[in-house]
Amino acid sequence: MRASFLSSLAGGVLALAIGFAGDGNAQSPAPPDPWPSLAGDLFHDRPMQNGDSLIALEAPYRAEDAALVPMTLRFALPQGDRRQVKRVTLVIDQNPAPMAASFEIGPNSGLTSIATRLRVNDYTNVHEVAELSDGNLYVVEKYVKAAGGCSAPAGKNPNEANAHLGEMRLREIAATPNSPSTPALREAQLMIRHPNNSGLQMDQVSHLYIPARYIDSLKVFQGDDLVFAMEGGISISEDPNFRFNYKPNGAKIMRVVARDSGGKEFRSEWPIGGEM
Amino acid sequence: MNRLVYLVHAVLLAAFAFAASAKEAEPRLLLKEIAPGVFAHEGLIELTTQANEGAIANIGFIVGDDAVAVIDTGGSVREGRRLAAAIAGVTNKPIRYVVNTHVHPDHLFGNAAFDSPGVTFVGHANLPRALAARGAFYLSSFRRLLGEELIDEVRIIPPTLTVDDETVLDLGNRELVLKAWPPAHTDCDLTVLDKKTGTLFSGDLVFMRHVPIVDGSVLGFLRLADALAAIPAKHVVPGHGPLVANWPQALEAERTYLSHLVKDLRGMIKAGEGLGTAAQKAGQSERAKWQLFDDYNPRNATAGFAELEWE
Repeated sequence: MRASFLSSLAGGVLALAIGFAGDGNAQSPAPPDPWPSLAGDLFHDRPMQNGDSLIALEAPYRAEDAALVPMTLRFALPQGDRRQVKRVTLVIDQNPAPMAASFEIGPNSGLTSIATRLRVNDYTNVHEVAELSDGNLYVVEKYVKAAGGCSAPAGKNPNEANAHLGEMRLREIAATPNSPSTPALREAQLMIRHPNNSGLQMDQVSHLYIPARYIDSLKVFQGDDLVFAMEGGISISEDPNFRFNYKPNGAKIMRVVARDSGGKEFRSEWPIGGEM
Repeated sequence: MNRLVYLVHAVLLAAFAFAASAKEAEPRLLLKEIAPGVFAHEGLIELTTQANEGAIANIGFIVGDDAVAVIDTGGSVREGRRLAAAIAGVTNKPIRYVVNTHVHPDHLFGNAAFDSPGVTFVGHANLPRALAARGAFYLSSFRRLLGEELIDEVRIIPPTLTVDDETVLDLGNRELVLKAWPPAHTDCDLTVLDKKTGTLFSGDLVFMRHVPIVDGSVLGFLRLADALAAIPAKHVVPGHGPLVANWPQALEAERTYLSHLVKDLRGMIKAGEGLGTAAQKAGQSERAKWQLFDDYNPRNATAGFAELEWE
């Protein structure tokens, strides 16, 4: 998986270069849809079915801030469907590294929704692909218009992100009219301080690229049970942020292990399950 | 054969001469002398388009006994050339400094119009990094807004003189105080104070009429209002809005907007609202007071939400 992710990253760099070179005419016909070849590369040409009845992707039609576009992946199977969701992947077709994040879903987690924040470079289709326990793939699609003006998919305050590198917070979202948290399915939000540098940013003076450094692996456990594991890339926003639900299993702690592409590991844990 | 070469040379020379004269003939940017030796151009309160050539920010220049300092160069090289033509119409003193108040394209895409050996580009110590992170993206994304002809000649020119805290530029019997600020509108905001006339070029640390834009830190922006108010200026050229306004009263509307936005966002974070909802709801009570509100307020709310979650 890691090798295929890196190759998709490399492919993305190439796509970016072609994108710049080919962008010579604002009125030129729409470029060919990258999705068929992306889907082929990332999912090894396995067939995909329309997932509208099983999964949902929430994304704004217009990205307000290119650096912070909220998206929510939902994957609740209907009652009676005895399969499980094993993996959910988010692909931002026109981004320099299209594979934004791939989430392995803990088999006992009860997880049915993950919200995170993405960088969106251009007008693009976004795909959510779910792999079920029977091996079938399901896909849904949303179109997102790029942010306008001086907005950019870059850090706003990199000194702050670097000064607190790896600091993490976990927040249990109390049951309110705005939150579906119940004793049977709780909701939490994980926040990680990290600049998530893309490595695609060239210094105009030295013509050297600012090195990539981003959270490429994240594992969240409730006690010893996996809630989810993520492989991520540079499309995840500065200060990665994940809001998710989970079925309480009686464990008293939530544990997180994150690693960045520089090999640095960040660990943290918090007590959970108090009265809300 | 030789004649053919001469002919080709002659045609090329004529073409170059034509191109050069076309550049010299660029119409002058409309200027106002807002204080003795201080000139500025009022940008439109619009989004960047091909039609407005990116001329949406207030930009200007200051003339000393020896030299000229340009403060922001506009949103296209064409606007920059029009500013250069306007300067040449006012003074024959050389342009020694070009100051960029921050990283946004409407303030520095005109830099290439001033790129010559005698000119030093000046900016916040964080500006080179911000240009490295965003420059290529801006060149690509503004192609759609400005069109091919205007974007093709834009070059990203980073500062070679950077300001960590405070620097004084002397234009000859005329001192400009350049001050670098912590993250607020962006992470590379720089102001220019002309001591002689008490004129402050605030860059986008001051917005009037045009809704403020938060691309650095909403709390930093709000807190900075007090520090800015202490600047001993008589009047300000805001980054967007009227050409000149009284100081420090010019800060009031912006401060009110930012404090309402922060208050709304804190309430929504506490209530467990998501980022998408906050983007649509926060700050809406200020809507009637500002132009371009729907273009930028949801973005400010988005950035502010992500920042305030860490409180």
